[in-house]
Amino acid sequence: MAAEATCGAGAGSTGSLAAAVGMSNVTSFQRRGPRVGGADSGGPRLMSIAGTRPSVRNGQLLVSTGLPALDQLLGGGLAVGTVLLIEEDKYNTYSPLLFKYFLAEGIINGHTVLVASAKEDPAVILQELPAPLLDDSRKQELDEDIYNHKTPESNSKMKIAWRYQLLPKMEAGPVSSSRFGHYYDASKRIPQELIEASKWHGFFLPEKISSTLKEEPGSLTPGYIKLLQFIQNIIYEEGFDGSNPQKKQKNILRIGIQSLGSPLWGDDIFCTENCDNSHSLTKFLYILRGLLRTSLSVCIITMPTHLTQNKAVIARVTNLSDTVVGLESFIGSERETNPLYKDYHGLIHIRQIPRLNNLICDESDVKDLAFKLKRKLFTIE
Amino acid sequence: MFPELNNLLNISPDRAEQGKLTLLCDAKTDGSFLVHHFLSFYLRANCKVCFLALVQSFSHYNIVGQKLGVSLTVARERGQLVFLEGLKSSMDVFFQAHKEPHPLQFLREVNAGNLQPLFEFVREALKPVDNREPAWRCPVLLVDDLSLLLSLGVGAVAVLDFVHYCRATVCCEFKGNVVALVHDSGDGEDEENDILLNGLSHQSHLILRTEGLSTGFCRDVHGQLKILWRRPSQPTAQRDRSLIYQYKIQDKNVSFFAKGMSPAVL
Repeated sequence: MAAEATCGAGAGSTGSLAAAVGMSNVTSFQRRGPRVGGADSGGPRLMSIAGTRPSVRNGQLLVSTGLPALDQLLGGGLAVGTVLLIEEDKYNTYSPLLFKYFLAEGIINGHTVLVASAKEDPAVILQELPAPLLDDSRKQELDEDIYNHKTPESNSKMKIAWRYQLLPKMEAGPVSSSRFGHYYDASKRIPQELIEASKWHGFFLPEKISSTLKEEPGSLTPGYIKLLQFIQNIIYEEGFDGSNPQKKQKNILRIGIQSLGSPLWGDDIFCTENCDNSHSLTKFLYILRGLLRTSLSVCIITMPTHLTQNKAVIARVTNLSDTVVGLESFIGSERETNPLYKDYHGLIHIRQIPRLNNLICDESDVKDLAFKLKRKLFTIE
Repeated sequence: MFPELNNLLNISPDRAEQGKLTLLCDAKTDGSFLVHHFLSFYLRANCKVCFLALVQSFSHYNIVGQKLGVSLTVARERGQLVFLEGLKSSMDVFFQAHKEPHPLQFLREVNAGNLQPLFEFVREALKPVDNREPAWRCPVLLVDDLSLLLSLGVGAVAVLDFVHYCRATVCCEFKGNVVALVHDSGDGEDEENDILLNGLSHQSHLILRTEGLSTGFCRDVHGQLKILWRRPSQPTAQRDRSLIYQYKIQDKNVSFFAKGMSPAVL
């Protein structure tokens, strides 16, 4: 618990530092904003989006992964307009957790959430999101937030918040001042009301694909084409591309794509040795990247990379994503019994950190860390 | 533009060579700093530059360019820089049905492999114009990066053909330069990429190869750069010089030093 506290405090202090720097550098940030264009065309108004903060290093807008310890490793968070690729662990035990943390963080901050899956119904995934750990002051901020956003619904929100007063204080000190990133309680579900109040879109492949059997003359797998068109539609209809700035409050679109490239997506890239449409996945990633770079959205993808022995595919996929994090669980491996790792459940590898608007990237000193799943918390050490 | 790298390569914006193909190659590290170097180098040298930027957005290159002292926006307005933003155009190609041929037309094709529109784009961009406009020195084609074309479904042979055409046109006909980045997957797993890399290594006049340190991550040394000149006319003593340097990337500059001579160690 002590380790969590220090870790959390660390994240909190950097958060407040970033906020302070952001404040003092407001002029430079404003000056840079319009020039960045594309993804950052919002300029100073971006500061007002809940759950985001500008990067200290390159002025990019960052969002949290839903795991403050991971944010810290990735240089403060995920830049808006980038892809986070999670390499799934062998039995897919821990990667769904990171996936859900990411989505839950979006729900808490009032971001629009887009869930795409070929395996589970997105509605079910959303039901299973973990509940955030809030303390008193953070809870009030959350209340204020929601109050500002939607006045009629504030009553029900107050009720949810009341419930958390009974929770013991998990974090102390400066953490409460930072609204960037929350820890989540993996044993509890997110309150139903929050999900109902949030805006989300689901893309469930079996539903989308069954109606149209005719294949379009494209070079992509039909499932990928459908998903790209679905994402593009939402980005344009809801103004995440910043095309009509005066329309409404800007918001972030969080996209989560589960087990991309698995056979369920109709892609045989991980099944066969030499498949014909091995470029489907990489093309999809490229166009998705184009979509993200021109809009206020951020994407998390989990991918069962352990299914293939073909390192070429992995290398290409890695080159096409921005941040790459690999998970390796100890289940079934000889390390499970290794006394060195007895306190941990697996290893987390930071494989790639993007270089955005910069020659160098925020690299942390260690790249391979161990994680453990406590009863409630996912911690990285 | 990194002055130290210019010294190592014995070039400067005032006397840029002509008719050369430079291959940038990175293994287990990110060699994009070399692309930024050559982009700012040729813009400083007053060359007409055609930049096929497939990997990042314009704003990324622009902001890094500003750190290195060139403005891509200004260069583009003056007509010095022709910028193909791959990410943006790929969306146009993919989501809107175009009738007219687009440089990235191959994205829509089932059996991609036709890079002719892209070559036409390069040729059109770098074609010498009448004397009315301000005369730029030599034309330069810069590609970031060629490996990405493989990921987009183009075959290695098609990419090699494309480079060959570009070399014939830009280097020989227009007396200009070609600079291209290729990733090296390293362990020989990606056969197509290896074909591309070997083919290009064979053609190029200068190879700059960056590698991650074999000993792993280090705070003060980010990798090593191998410089290989392929000029048979030089005396052997000069040709066989071992040119391996280690480098450290800083915010606006890259410092190079001999192997094991990092300031942090000494």
